[in-house]
Amino acid sequence: MHKGLQTHPNFYFLLLSILQVGLNTVEAVWPLPQTFISSSEQYRLNPQTFYFGYGMQSAAQPGCTVLDSAFKRYFSLIFLDLTSGYGALRFSVDKPFSVEISVDRDDCDGYPSEDSSEKYNLTVSAGRASLNAQTVWGALRGLESFSQLVYQDDFGSYFVNKTEIEDFPRFQFRAILLDTSRHYLPVQTILKTLDAMAYSKFNVFHWHIVDDPSFPYQSRTFPDLSAKGAFHPMTHIYTQSDVRRVISHGRLRGIRILPEFDSPGHTKSWGKGQSDLLTPCYNGGIPSGTFGPINPALPSTYTFMATLFKEVSSVFPDSYIHLGGDEVDFTCWRSNPDVRAFMQAMGFGGDFTKLEAFYMENIMNITSALNKTSIVWQDVFDYHERRSSLSVVEVWKEGCYLCEVRRVAKAGLKVILASPWYLDQPGPSHNWARYYTVWPLAFKGTEEQKKLVIGGEVCMWGEYVDATNLMPRLWPRASAAAERLWSDEQQTSNVDKAFPRLQEFRCKLLRRGIQAEPLYVGHCKHEYQGI
Amino acid sequence: MDTALRFAVLLLTLSFGAGLQLNYIDDYEEEPKEEDVSADSKYGSLWPLPQKIQMSEISFKLTSSSFKIVDAKESSAGPSCSLLKDAYRRYYEYMFGSSKRQQLNKRRRTGPSELTELQVLITSPDSDCDGYPSVTSDESYELSVDQPYAVLRAPKVWGALRGLETFSQLVFEDDYGAKSINATQISDFPRFAHRGILLDTSRHYLPIKVILANLETMAMNKINVFHWHIVDDQSFPYLSRTFPQLSQQGAYHPYTHVYTPADVKMVIEFARLRGIRVIPEFDTPGHTQSWGKGQKDLLTPCYSGATPSGTFGPVNPILNTTYDFMSQFFKEISTVFPDAYVHLGGDEVDFNCWKSNPDIQKFMAQQGFGQDFSKLESFYIQRLLNIVTSTKKGYMIWQEVFDNGVKLKPDTIIHVWKGTQLQYQNEMANVTSAGYQTLLSTPWYLNRISYGQDWRGHYKADPQDFNGTDEQKKLVVGGEACLWGEYVDATNLTPRLWPRASAVAERLWSAKDVTDINDAFNRLSVHRCRMVERGIPAEPLFSSFCPREYKGL
Repeated sequence: MHKGLQTHPNFYFLLLSILQVGLNTVEAVWPLPQTFISSSEQYRLNPQTFYFGYGMQSAAQPGCTVLDSAFKRYFSLIFLDLTSGYGALRFSVDKPFSVEISVDRDDCDGYPSEDSSEKYNLTVSAGRASLNAQTVWGALRGLESFSQLVYQDDFGSYFVNKTEIEDFPRFQFRAILLDTSRHYLPVQTILKTLDAMAYSKFNVFHWHIVDDPSFPYQSRTFPDLSAKGAFHPMTHIYTQSDVRRVISHGRLRGIRILPEFDSPGHTKSWGKGQSDLLTPCYNGGIPSGTFGPINPALPSTYTFMATLFKEVSSVFPDSYIHLGGDEVDFTCWRSNPDVRAFMQAMGFGGDFTKLEAFYMENIMNITSALNKTSIVWQDVFDYHERRSSLSVVEVWKEGCYLCEVRRVAKAGLKVILASPWYLDQPGPSHNWARYYTVWPLAFKGTEEQKKLVIGGEVCMWGEYVDATNLMPRLWPRASAAAERLWSDEQQTSNVDKAFPRLQEFRCKLLRRGIQAEPLYVGHCKHEYQGI
Repeated sequence: MDTALRFAVLLLTLSFGAGLQLNYIDDYEEEPKEEDVSADSKYGSLWPLPQKIQMSEISFKLTSSSFKIVDAKESSAGPSCSLLKDAYRRYYEYMFGSSKRQQLNKRRRTGPSELTELQVLITSPDSDCDGYPSVTSDESYELSVDQPYAVLRAPKVWGALRGLETFSQLVFEDDYGAKSINATQISDFPRFAHRGILLDTSRHYLPIKVILANLETMAMNKINVFHWHIVDDQSFPYLSRTFPQLSQQGAYHPYTHVYTPADVKMVIEFARLRGIRVIPEFDTPGHTQSWGKGQKDLLTPCYSGATPSGTFGPVNPILNTTYDFMSQFFKEISTVFPDAYVHLGGDEVDFNCWKSNPDIQKFMAQQGFGQDFSKLESFYIQRLLNIVTSTKKGYMIWQEVFDNGVKLKPDTIIHVWKGTQLQYQNEMANVTSAGYQTLLSTPWYLNRISYGQDWRGHYKADPQDFNGTDEQKKLVVGGEACLWGEYVDATNLTPRLWPRASAVAERLWSAKDVTDINDAFNRLSVHRCRMVERGIPAEPLFSSFCPREYKGL
């Protein structure tokens, strides 16, 4: 399909388009498509004679929820100031323009998954554009690209240039993590983030939903968890219908919702609503009144976890689930005589990493019995002897993160890279390029091993982030990571070439109501009007 | 084996979100522990902390249906004082919310423990109601919350505004959602007269709405100076009546990215109503690239070899036309901005272009300056200062002007912004020993960001910490938090500024010995939630929650 074009020297065409069209449309699409050819031939678009439609051969036809609602959404995104009075009095009659979408499979009612194809082809020519994809998820990516191709001249008229795009993602897993435990994020904020994710072609929302500080997930089975563990039992929670709303909002944008229920550490808030779940810490032979990680020595723990994960598996449709497993502090376990006795009985000696491994093993058995693929933070891989039971490892620690990626891939496990993309840390420089000049596959390894790197993730931890500052802290820096994860590395290795494109894309985000902060001095035609 | 130990060490240095601690410029503070959650302060949520407080256990209820803020009979500010009327409504709405105002029920009897009135008494014969705040304005007030009514006593309206803010901060919600206030006696006044915030509208244009929202927030923090760094190299958004081509050519966009005279007027009046001075900065001779677009021959043509290179440098100091232009321009500025001071900049002048220009070299030789271009800079500034003096304005200037030995009027305020702690303390000592008033900004460049609670560093800096006599210390008029605009616009300004600037606000208002950082954390946490509740997206200090989260998205 795309091979014929790929062998053409892309740069020749890019150069040509720069010379011919000027600033308006040059590589207007972020993240950069795999092949992108455009010419100076431009077509005027008139909202009154603009149509989306299904191709004759398309497996999906009118009534396809995903595409029907995408048409509605993208019409407004393409004709942005339609409401502000697009000349109702127009004397010249514009030729109609239609965008015809064809997909090979009718997966309109499904959920995007780890093996959903996001490949699409887009051809824009006189009077029509045709967008072909294997799945509706690919079609969504193509619609996003099309919407970014449309521009306005100084008189407000809309144009699109003759263009040919063949596109597919470099990595299949392109995620953003939000942390709703350290600060509660209103559902509105999460939905807005999903909108912005779609603009940068992110496809996984990693929902770090609970942690030490609070437990906002309202469980059907264990309502006490949020009743006692949330910051507030009524206002700072996610009800089942909130969760469904997030999942459905994500689905319509081709975004998977990946929940994380991190254990055995990072669980302080769980203990408030579930007694005997956490390990009582001891101080000089007596319980100190404080609690440590989940108690791995009690059978009741596993019964509880099995029940909870059964619920979680049915609530979240994605086939992946994140089990955490990071930063387990052993001091409390060590202080507890029952835990020590259990260690003895199991023959773990004094090695608490074995106890942690034992616990994680049990949890992974629970989730795999529920047909879920589990993701764990790298700690679990680092301290786990029986690595064969693991499947996906997320690398998050600083230092030589590619060394770790290599180790995980060598062990034959799938890898997600997060280390270079901790965006909750704003300093020291405002340099977005730090998130752009990341080379996830620059390690020694076989082709097979590199294929195990399934993608990357932007992390926005919540210690210092809530709804007041999330959006500008996330955008447009996350978009820099998005291009790294979607686009061809060779075509996107130059920061200076990316800078004007990203600046333009940032203004586009503003225009769409996303509070994306500036990259450097300058201005956008339409500035953000909030406070 | 050693894994557990290694892990323990890891845990000490990394908390999960803080996993990737890189080398930050300003690493003020060790990371807070997870236990770092706010507790209640005995001073409630007062911010900045008043000078003298006595609080009792006795509390009164306030209800939106019967509570009123009124002028005391003896007050010198009468019913025509719209500044106070406006403030009464503003604070009523802060306390009770504007949307869900209940209908007044006159027949309802007030309970014995209810407070129904705050009387505001302006004691000085001239209330200053229709004036502008100045550096000598009296902001002191006394507040007595007791039955049968609370009394706020202040010599001038400026103190009354500060007292109203304090009163509103005393009001809290009990578990049943009822508004309550404790019997309290407060006597309060600012430690420093000049407590400012600098916003930069040149590197990015800031819509008026953002400027107004921040004036509103400044009032919540008792900050009283808006230093408007209105133009710079990047753009010239100020629409000048005398030289309209400056913004026509020099703004990012001649219509959408400018401040019209009406905009400026609105900002000044909005600020006045909140007791805030607006000090404009027109920085010269450097930082003026955008001026050159609309004013020919103002900037120095740079040379490459013997020919003009087509680029321009600082303002051209050797042409008489330059000074004619400046006279007219600053004459306009002196009428547009009512404050007694104007900030003249004078920082970071790059001499390379001047050096390259043969006409300038000739002039240098004639004047006997040799190769010392700081003499040329002084020559320019000297003439500029004379021009501004003739418009009856005082001036503030960045420290370089003082450092370069320019002759200054004795009432000049030197704005210190450079260097390390040791360097700025030395600079403050030097400036004050030369007898000049000074203003500190170095530790408060809030555009610099780092991971974690950098407000603690901002809080600890004290403008009077330098070697000097009491007389010298008195010459410190205050400080300013600066938010330069390279990476800041309407999208991220407000959460980047607040509550970090609040730390500076308390340092400049409260007594010198208010330094308990844990108590500050507790009060500031609640103060930040109050700003959020009032619609300001002030960012969090650490993991926590507000009863009403920001929903302004």
